Amino acid sequence: MAGFDNREISMSVASHFFAPTRLRTASLMAGAALALVLSSVSVDAETLRWARVGDALTLDPHAQNEGPTHTLNHHIYETLVGRAIDGSLVPRLATDWYIDEADDTVWVFEIRQGVTFHEGQQLTAEDVAFSLDRARTTPSGMAALHAAVQEVTTDGDYTVRVRMAGPAPLYVQNLTNTFIMSREWAEQNAVETSQNFAAGEENYAVRNTNGTGPYRMVERDPEVRTVLRVFEDHWDDAPEVTEIIYTPITEAATRVAALLSGEVDLVQDVPVQDIARLEQTDGVRVVRGPENRNIFFSYDMTSEQLASASVDDNPFAKPEVREAMALAIDRDAIRQVVMRGESQPSAAPLPPFVNGWTEEMHAYGAPDQDRARALMAEAGYESGFSVDLHCPNDRYLNDEGICLALVGMLGQIGMDVNLVSQSRTLHFPLIENWETDFYLLGWGVPTFDSQYVFDFLVHSRGGAYGAFNGSRYSNPELDAKIEALATMTDLDARDALIAEIWDEVMEERIFLNVHNQVLAYAMRDGINLAVHPENQPRMTEVSFD
Amino acid sequence: MPRPGHSDAPSDQATAPQPSGTTQARPQDTLRRAWDSDLAYSFRTSPVALVSGVVALLIILAAVLAPWLAPQNPYSTRDLILMDGFTAPMQPSLLGNVYLLGTDDQGRDVLSAILYGARISLFVGFSAVLFAMVLGITLGLVAGYRGGWVDGLLMRIADVQLTFPSILLALLIFGIARGMIPPAYRETMAIWVLIVAIGLSDWVQYARVVRGATMVEKNKEYVQAARVIGVHPARILTRHILPNVMGPVLVIGTIGLALAIIAEATLSFLGVGVPPTTPSLGTLIRNGQSYLFSGEWWILAFPAAALLALALSVNLLGDWLRDALNPRLR
Amino acid sequence: MLAYILRRILQSVIVMLVVALVAFSLFRFVGDPVSTLVGQEVTIAERETLRDQLGLNDPFPMQFASFIARAAQADFGISYRLQQPVMELILARLPATLELALVSGLFAFFFGVTLGVYTALNRRGWTSSAIMTVSLIGVSLPTFLIGVLLIWVFAVELQWLPSFGRGEVVDLGWWRTGLLTPSGRASLVLPAITLGLYQLTLIMRLVRAEMLEVLRADYIKFARARGLSNRAVHFSHALKNTMVPVITITGLQLGSIIAFSIITETVFQWPGVGALFINSVRTVDVPVMAAYLMLIALIFVVINLIVDLLYFAIDPRLRIDRSAVRH
Repeated sequence: MAGFDNREISMSVASHFFAPTRLRTASLMAGAALALVLSSVSVDAETLRWARVGDALTLDPHAQNEGPTHTLNHHIYETLVGRAIDGSLVPRLATDWYIDEADDTVWVFEIRQGVTFHEGQQLTAEDVAFSLDRARTTPSGMAALHAAVQEVTTDGDYTVRVRMAGPAPLYVQNLTNTFIMSREWAEQNAVETSQNFAAGEENYAVRNTNGTGPYRMVERDPEVRTVLRVFEDHWDDAPEVTEIIYTPITEAATRVAALLSGEVDLVQDVPVQDIARLEQTDGVRVVRGPENRNIFFSYDMTSEQLASASVDDNPFAKPEVREAMALAIDRDAIRQVVMRGESQPSAAPLPPFVNGWTEEMHAYGAPDQDRARALMAEAGYESGFSVDLHCPNDRYLNDEGICLALVGMLGQIGMDVNLVSQSRTLHFPLIENWETDFYLLGWGVPTFDSQYVFDFLVHSRGGAYGAFNGSRYSNPELDAKIEALATMTDLDARDALIAEIWDEVMEERIFLNVHNQVLAYAMRDGINLAVHPENQPRMTEVSFD
Repeated sequence: MPRPGHSDAPSDQATAPQPSGTTQARPQDTLRRAWDSDLAYSFRTSPVALVSGVVALLIILAAVLAPWLAPQNPYSTRDLILMDGFTAPMQPSLLGNVYLLGTDDQGRDVLSAILYGARISLFVGFSAVLFAMVLGITLGLVAGYRGGWVDGLLMRIADVQLTFPSILLALLIFGIARGMIPPAYRETMAIWVLIVAIGLSDWVQYARVVRGATMVEKNKEYVQAARVIGVHPARILTRHILPNVMGPVLVIGTIGLALAIIAEATLSFLGVGVPPTTPSLGTLIRNGQSYLFSGEWWILAFPAAALLALALSVNLLGDWLRDALNPRLR
Repeated sequence: MLAYILRRILQSVIVMLVVALVAFSLFRFVGDPVSTLVGQEVTIAERETLRDQLGLNDPFPMQFASFIARAAQADFGISYRLQQPVMELILARLPATLELALVSGLFAFFFGVTLGVYTALNRRGWTSSAIMTVSLIGVSLPTFLIGVLLIWVFAVELQWLPSFGRGEVVDLGWWRTGLLTPSGRASLVLPAITLGLYQLTLIMRLVRAEMLEVLRADYIKFARARGLSNRAVHFSHALKNTMVPVITITGLQLGSIIAFSIITETVFQWPGVGALFINSVRTVDVPVMAAYLMLIALIFVVINLIVDLLYFAIDPRLRIDRSAVRH
């Protein structure tokens, strides 16, 4: 992939992992000065018309932990720490953060001074403490990320102390989508907690906002149109885009047509088949970059029998069969034809910029059908077997196409795969409820650390662990190692343990990884915007030629 | 034991002189009469009817003979070559294979996919129409003949049915069926669910026409006479009344066939329909629509042309049939 | 008369209840709303709690009873997905759908009648055959494909008309209209054609058939014999008598247009109730789906009721017919 060096980025993530870059006061002042200049010439406002497939579900900053919702909210609200394009942490409302030297279970955040909310309130430590408490209390959708928090206290007007259940060296990584709101505003409008579905009432914060972010909300018609205008009193450099008109367009063809006809300036969800054509179109440019998301297959490798298989035993329990499948899959063909060259094939079920990724895990050999057939025979399936494959058809880029391609490839080695592709609302419960033998799943790693993958996909199911462990894999020894990761403060030892766990996971072939998803944004010529690894682009990053 | 060269037993019998003579003459007579009938005359002299009849017949034949005509079995995942995907018509693929109408995203030969897809679309269309027809005619005959509360009840049900837009009804049936059918059978049952969903939303028209005609016929003298001599009502209905209403039923059925084929395509757009491994014409179009702007025009254009040719010719036949069967328009 | 009206209203209520039951039972099978409500980190226990809170674990009759009780007060709860009151969402989107349905209905009616009259009067002409054949294309291709093709030609290639949305809108109280701005009217053109094409074909065929019937009627022959001009015969006599069934059918079709707008609205990203419904189906937003289906059923029931009552009031023959059927 042109212009993208995995190693370099993973290195930079590692170096940024715990070392916040301090923002220099000089640049802050320069930014303020620039903001003044720009606000005086805001007559020739730069409007950006932005389209993507779906809308934010709510503007309540803590109700939903969902990509498109966070993406829009990042323009109105701000977080303590932000995530740069390369995955590193950058200061936002916190200027500094560290683990208390006296007590390794306490995180300390220094809050930025001179920040005002859109309605004029001054940001203080009180607001931050209130917001963190709101975010970690049900019915907040963000609660799981703050499960280890025991208490949030303030220390003066600009310091917040967060006491954890134990050492939590990675906690700050969980804060990149936890927005800060005004305590006063929340109390005035009775939104001290986030939306409660069961209550059956609308929350004031669903459609009304008061953040510290670079844009103010001017108009909101859910799923139709949202208009944001630049917030003149924002503390950071003024963005070039002064007005954002955000319109969701569900149908892929219509979305592309709107860009081609000049009705929108930026399309975020570009269908892979249209990328090449858009690149050749005058007046349109396409940027692409890897997403923090992996697409892989997994299977029930533990049960005695499979529900949908034509044989009495469980073929996936046999290492030979799992190896045969790994030899049958032709990742390059999927990349070239299904993904139109827009993916990063890999054997590793995690993106390169996630801590724990290695070149060895990533490497995959050429497909070898003869060897695969031989392995199938060795395992006792000379005449093959049939099994159902479950696949979502509206969640990942060309998800159904990937499944169809695998069906063909496995057919070559005697596996008669019956594809069941359906909407994500029907697909994901199958994995959660252990009702599928063989399935496709995509997984993002918002913390940029392998522990997140282990917690949800490898650890045996129970409590907060293993919610998406559809392989039913259960290894108490490995579980203990995974649990140990959470509280390890010696980072070298921790990385070594991560590597050890990965060795075991790769050896067992719990996942049949296909690729890392690559995103493309298409825009009018003259607009510059890089792909965001979590697919949460910030319009503050947009520059015009 | 049949001799070689004479294994074609039925044709032997047909050419052999029959002792009675009358049995042999009858089919020829029927043919003769059919050929001379007003309907046939109207068909022969209407260029639109002739052309659309031929086109529809060709497509139906091609669909029925798909396994012998198609260069590839597009439903056998083993035969598909993924690396041949997106090959343009008559252009060699990366692996050097040439496809007359190109290939789609899965490396499926578009021509084969159309032939097999038309098979599914026609199967769904004919079955749905047959289902609606049988249901509609039966209920219409019963309602018209019995009258009274039976008629009242059936016509109220028909009203409720008309209350609900066909497309929503089909979505509802699909949703309910998905809940009731165990997951393992959902894919194989999908096509039957589709048939029931489309058929159920269409029976009322048949029922209304048949009921109206039945109410008129049942008071005619020959029916009264048959009733008096104790002929079973079922026999009266099927032998005497039914033939009299077959004209309008046939017209509705022809147009219904085109509607059912389009309805199948529309439902595939809404995400309910046949599985993607066995695409129908509608699914092919839904899929091809994604390639409208990407330059692979053939993935959309050929299936759309096939569907248009099929639905248009059937619709035109229906149009012609309606005019031809309306005696007042001669 | 009163008994008849009461009976019809009672029937309408029963229809609504049946629709409610069917719609409601469907929702138990379309998927698990919880998996779309919560993110990937939420534990199984927390999911189960939410399921409990939403009443998804209650027995079916209980869920249905509480649904009916609230629906009777037009309270469909809060959208799982958009977290707004469902009725408010639907009322906000309804004007867009009604405007689209009305404009496409008028489009279908105007062109349908014109072309129908033309083809009836020139039955043997080749232009008539051409019109009859070409109009069938509208019912021989799926609506979504026609919409996409129109977008391709008129929005992308020619850039004459917008490809999506409603353009600029003006708020008239709670009614948000796109009819008062040039961009709003331009945005209506393609969706209205897409949605109206099917009805146009239908109306055109109906007008043609009715005209052909009427033109054969005795009073038309008399009119001709009286030496009236062709024009007078065709338009003041024949067309006038054709219009009653045509207007009735068009009116009845309005509900159907609203239902079919779910496809057109999806293709053109038209912010109406149809697009809202499909998005809700995709995310299993049960309260919105239920309310939408009830709304469509209500519109149908009301239109049917009005037509029936009008017939009853206008045409005394029907009174005899109806009672003859029902005694």
